[in-house]
This record gives sequence, C-alpha cells and structure tokens, in this order.
Amino acid sequence: MAGSPVQVTGTVLTTRRVDAYHALTVVAPGIADRFRPGHFVTVAVGGRNTSMLTRRAFTVHDVKPDYGGTVELVFGVRGAGTAWLADLRVRDTLDLVGPLGRPFPLPRDPCTCVLVGDEHGSAALFALGDALQQRGCRVDFVLGAPSADRVFGALRARRMGETTTLTTEDGSLGMRGRVTDVLPGVIADARADVVYACGPMETLRGVTAVAAEFGIPVQVAVEERMACGIGVCMTCVVPVIGDDGVTRMLRACADGPVFRGERVRFDDVGTIPFDALGAPGGRHA
Amino acid sequence: MMADLRTYLAHVELPNPILTASGCGGTGRELAQFSDVHRLGAFVTRSITMAPRAGRPTPRMAETPSGLLNAVGLQGPGVEAFLERELPWLAERGARTVVSIGGGTVTEYTALARRLAEVSGVTAVEVNLSCPNVEDRGRVFAREGSAAAEVVASVRAATPYDVPVIAKLSPDVADIVAVARACVDGGADALAMINTPVGMSIDVDTMRPALAAGTGGLSGPAVRPLAVRCVWQVHAALPGVPIVGMGGVTTGRDALELVLAGACAVAVGTALFHDPYACPRVLRELEELLQARGFDRLADAVGLAHRPAGAQPRTRTDLEESSL
Ligand SMILES: Cc1cc2nc3c(=O)[nH]c(=O)nc-3n(C[C@H](O)[C@H](O)[C@H](O)COP(=O)(O)OP(=O)(O)OC[C@H]3O[C@@H](n4cnc5c(N)ncnc54)[C@H](O)[C@@H]3O)c2cc1C
Ligand SMILES: Cc1cc2nc3c(=O)[nH]c(=O)nc-3n(C[C@H](O)[C@H](O)[C@H](O)COP(=O)(O)O)c2cc1C
Ligand code: FES
Repeated sequence: MAGSPVQVTGTVLTTRRVDAYHALTVVAPGIADRFRPGHFVTVAVGGRNTSMLTRRAFTVHDVKPDYGGTVELVFGVRGAGTAWLADLRVRDTLDLVGPLGRPFPLPRDPCTCVLVGDEHGSAALFALGDALQQRGCRVDFVLGAPSADRVFGALRARRMGETTTLTTEDGSLGMRGRVTDVLPGVIADARADVVYACGPMETLRGVTAVAAEFGIPVQVAVEERMACGIGVCMTCVVPVIGDDGVTRMLRACADGPVFRGERVRFDDVGTIPFDALGAPGGRHA
Repeated sequence: MMADLRTYLAHVELPNPILTASGCGGTGRELAQFSDVHRLGAFVTRSITMAPRAGRPTPRMAETPSGLLNAVGLQGPGVEAFLERELPWLAERGARTVVSIGGGTVTEYTALARRLAEVSGVTAVEVNLSCPNVEDRGRVFAREGSAAAEVVASVRAATPYDVPVIAKLSPDVADIVAVARACVDGGADALAMINTPVGMSIDVDTMRPALAAGTGGLSGPAVRPLAVRCVWQVHAALPGVPIVGMGGVTTGRDALELVLAGACAVAVGTALFHDPYACPRVLRELEELLQARGFDRLADAVGLAHRPAGAQPRTRTDLEESSL
C-alpha cells in the first residue's frame, strides 16, 4: 500500500489549455510529497453545497516542489464535473484527496520499457518515464488518440523517449491507426522487456494481447466508474485473476488502478464471470 | 460546557450518535486512513452474507441530482472471511461494531445470527431487510410486516440477550409504521431507517439504463425528506423505540433534523464518498448546533419537533428552572 492519502484544499496555481485538454496545477503539499507514478487523486466538483456527490478521479500528471508541493491534472471535458473544473481560475480552491491507488511497480534492474498512452492516459506516463530513467531504464513512447488535438504529451515524449511513435485514427498526426497497431513493431525494434499502458479498457485489452504475444510483462492502469476513490463504495470493480487462480471482483481504486495486464479479464469487464468468487450459482458460491 | 452526546441502542451505550451507514464505510480500514474508527459512535459493516458474493456487474453507480443510484449487490467475502479478517481488526482498533446481515431466506439470516453469536466484538446486529426473499418470488422482506417480523424474530432468538437487534427498514412500503411495529413485536430492540428507495436512470446518449442492473438504490440528500418523514412517523407511533436515522446526512444540521424527528443516532453513508472525514465533521457540527441551542444532552433533542406548537423546547436548563 502507498502512504496514507490526505485531503487538501488546494489553491489553483495555473490553468492552461493543451490542445483538447485542460491542465490545472494545484498547491497540495501532502499529496505531492507522497506521490508515486500511477497514483491518482479525486476532486470534489461543483463547489459548496454541490449537487454532484461523487468525486472525480484524475491521474497525477506531474508534481513539483514549488509552494511546498504542487500537483498537475490534465483532463478533457466530458460532463458537468469536468466542465466545472475547466471553469476554475487561478486562486480558486479545489478539494483534493490523494494520493490514491497502487502505483506502477518499477523493475529492479535497468531494462527497456515501452510506455503506451491512449488519449488522456498519456498523462500518467511522464512521471513514470522519469522514474524509470532514473533507474537506468530505456523508455520508448507510443501515444495515440482519435485525432491530433487529443494526443497528449507528444513533445515531452519526443524529448524523453528513445523513440516516440504517434498514432491517430484519422491520420492527422503520426501513423493512421491505433496504438495497438504500431506496438508490435515498437516492441520488436526496442527489444522491450516490459510494457506499461494507460487508456480506455479496449486499448488496454489490445496492449495486453500484444505483450502476451511477445511473452513480456505488461502493467495496465484501468479506469472504471468511481464514486469514492478510497475503496468504500464497491462501485469500481473489475474481474481480476489472483495469485491463487481465482477471479475476484477487485476495486479499481484501492486494489488497482494498476494491475498486471494478463490478470485482468478484459473480455468479462462489465459482467460477473460465472467462475468469479461469489458469482451467482458459480462454483465458488 | 460540552453537550452530553451519549446515546443508547436499547441498553448499549454509544459515546456519540454518529455511525457509518451499512455498505458505505468499507471494511473500516479504508476510513481509518482518514480518522479513527473508534471515534465513531459505532462502525456499521456492509451487509454480511453467508457465502462470498461477487455482486452486480458494472456500471454499478450513476450520479443523479444530489443523489447516487447504486446497484452493488452486496458484494462481500462471506461471513467466515469477515470473521477472520474484518471483525478482529475492528475489535483491535476499539471500534464498536454493528454487524449488518443480509440473506435470501429466514434460515440464512438465522444461520448468520448464530454464527455471530459465537464470536466476541459484536456490539449489535443490524438486519438488512431490503434483500429479496428467494422463497417469495424475490419480494424484499422489508415490504411486508409479517415477512420482516419473521426474520427479526428468528435473528432475535439466535442472538445473545445482551446484543441488540436492529431492524433496518425500507421506505418503499405503503405503511412504514405497520412494518416498524411488526418488527418491534417480532423482538427488534431498535430500528434503522431508511434503506435506499429503488430508482432508475437512463443514459439518453446510449439510450440504455445507466446501471447494468437496470434499477438501483437511491441515496444522498435527494432522499433526506423521505428519511425525515419515515423517522417522524415511526417515532410518533413508537416513541419508546430507539431509531437510527439515515438518508442524505451530509452536515450536522442534517443530523439534527433527523434527531428532532426522533432518531437517537444518525448514520452517514453517501456523504463519506464525497468527504472521507464526514463522520467526525458531522459529529462536531452537531455538537456545536446542540450547544448553540442550549442543549446539555443530545437525548433532550430526540423527537423534539413532535412537541405541540407553541411549547418550549424541554432542555435541561428549562427543567432546572421549573424545578426551582
Ligand atoms: C483512476 C482514474 C484516472 C483518471 N484520470 C483521468 C485523467 O487524467 N484525465 C481525464 O481527463 N480523465 C481521467 N479519468 C476519467 C475522469 O474521472 C472522468 O472523465 C470524469 O470523472 C468525468 O466526470 P464528469 O462529471 O465530467 O462526467 P460524467 O459523465 O457526468 O460523470 C458522471 C459520473 O460518472 C463518473 N465517471 C464518468 N466517467 C468516468 C471515468 N472514465 N472514470 C471514472 N469515473 C467516471 C464520475 O465520477 C461521476 O460520478 C480518470 C478516471 C480514473 C478512474
Ligand atoms: C454504495 C452503497 C452500498 C450500500 N450497501 C448497503 C448494505 O450492504 N446494507 C444496507 O443495509 N444498506 C446499504 N446501503 C444503504 C445505506 O446504508 C443507507 O441506508 C442509505 O444509503 C441512505 O443513507 P445515505 O443517504 O447517507 O447514503 C448502501 C448504500 C450505498 C450508497
Ligand atoms: S470508487 Fe469506491 S470502491 Fe472504488
């Protein structure tokens, strides 16, 4: 488990637009101190007496030591909560809880890592890339999105990565297609030892399948609908195979969001697999 | 002076009236990262079932205006794993633990109560009556006084005399007072209300129900007036029965509203998802409100809204003055 999370009422230090995304830097000392790559935070949206009861989860894109510690979130507007966040101005306050979740495990010895980010999933990869490079790892990036304005972090990836491969579905940037289309080539060229991936479930499923073909480990950070982010509400579950071979419905927020890709039953997400522990009429019931 | 916040569930004294609502506080460990579980009036567990349960498919939740729809489906590890891994941890932390139980048959509830009777560390047993009765075409026990009373009576019979049995009621009934009375006649030492009324939300983009299960339980401030009404009616009819009030409590004011309606303890559920410190905060706010209104004791505020129009609040100060 990571160090204990804290709740912080942070002041917004900067806001900026990055293509289709918004980025917010918030002063949040207790969270920045404890952050490790892969952690996320939840934010309360809508202000005092909000009618939006559930917290919104965001990957921590970056932490900096300024003002005792800041965290940066990168997000796209989807619904009312992210629309409210996009309207925040410098010096507004934001209620954050974090750091949450299990971070990415890092390899003990230097090796070659391919980091795959689809849409806002890329936001989680740069702190991870830094940590890997500090351990002497080689880092290669594969970033993708439906269109050029939704590919996040291409410049930074180009600066950091040994190679950077970009994909868009409409062909407006990099190769036309999806990250999973180019991944086999990148893994082969880099002779990669490990893959890390963040993005929609469908992408993670594809990335896991590619890594399996190459017989290399893959760590994925999953996204499921969350209400609390701290492990109390049981709404964010995904079917995951344990060390004992038994499938359990695990909480993406507290048991994840990072899992070994081959342990996640992507084909069964959104169902209760019949052989899961406690499935209705299942063998463990 | 600080107000005396002690309260009683039957003969069991709690140091303060703020509890977690069943299914909203995890195993206790998750909340303990933010505040001590022994500071709660009591920790109420999610509803424990005999066998492990995987629950419902996702999506399990949808946000609605000031509300939350959930269809978790009592996911849990089953009673044996609960007794092995969860209850001892709570006991070690000094938490008073109310164990909520859920079953599909009277026999299952009874077996759970028997199993709990064999262990220490159970402050009270809460019977979640909002479970489908598999022997009655899935109709929930809480719908009907007789079905609810049968469960309560058999749990009461299987539970040690010094452990109170709390019957948790659903607002989805024609006459909640009738169900409450049946449960008390069946041996319930206290009542808890409200469990979530059933609601539904449809995603107009996908044009499908928002929850995989279709319907779900509605919680949060959206249901508070329903909770206040239920507590009010039941307290009016059964003034001597302790009531744990819940439904949409997010502040001390909300807790006081339920107390004034007749609750002697208040559980906080959905608010924990928004604010992991909700329980200690609601307690502090409630205490300040009681003090500001001149109450020395929480007990003096319980059901106070029922007093006839024009009557003065019966606070300790008033009593002392009148006895002079
Ligand atoms: C671990 C994690 C990390 C994330 N990191 C990022 C990030 O870095 N950048 C980014 O843009 N988005 C991220 N998301 C997705 C982000 O949480 C959702 O886009 C956001 O909650 C949508 O809120 P809304 O009010 O705008 O949308 P609505 O659709 O109105 O939200 C309604 C409800 O559904 C929940 N919800 C909806 N979509 C998601 C989702 N994908 N994941 C979790 N809950 C959801 C919300 O919490 C809310 O309760 C992350 C999600 C998770 C679980
Ligand atoms: C996610 C979730 C899970 C719940 N699980 C249970 C449960 O296992 N047993 C039970 O009796 N009530 C359960 N409830 C109902 C709550 O205990 C409570 O009665 C209800 O949510 C109203 O209170 P609130 O508005 O403060 O949440 C659950 C509610 C939610 C939101
Ligand atoms: S979001 Fe509540 S348990 Fe994961």
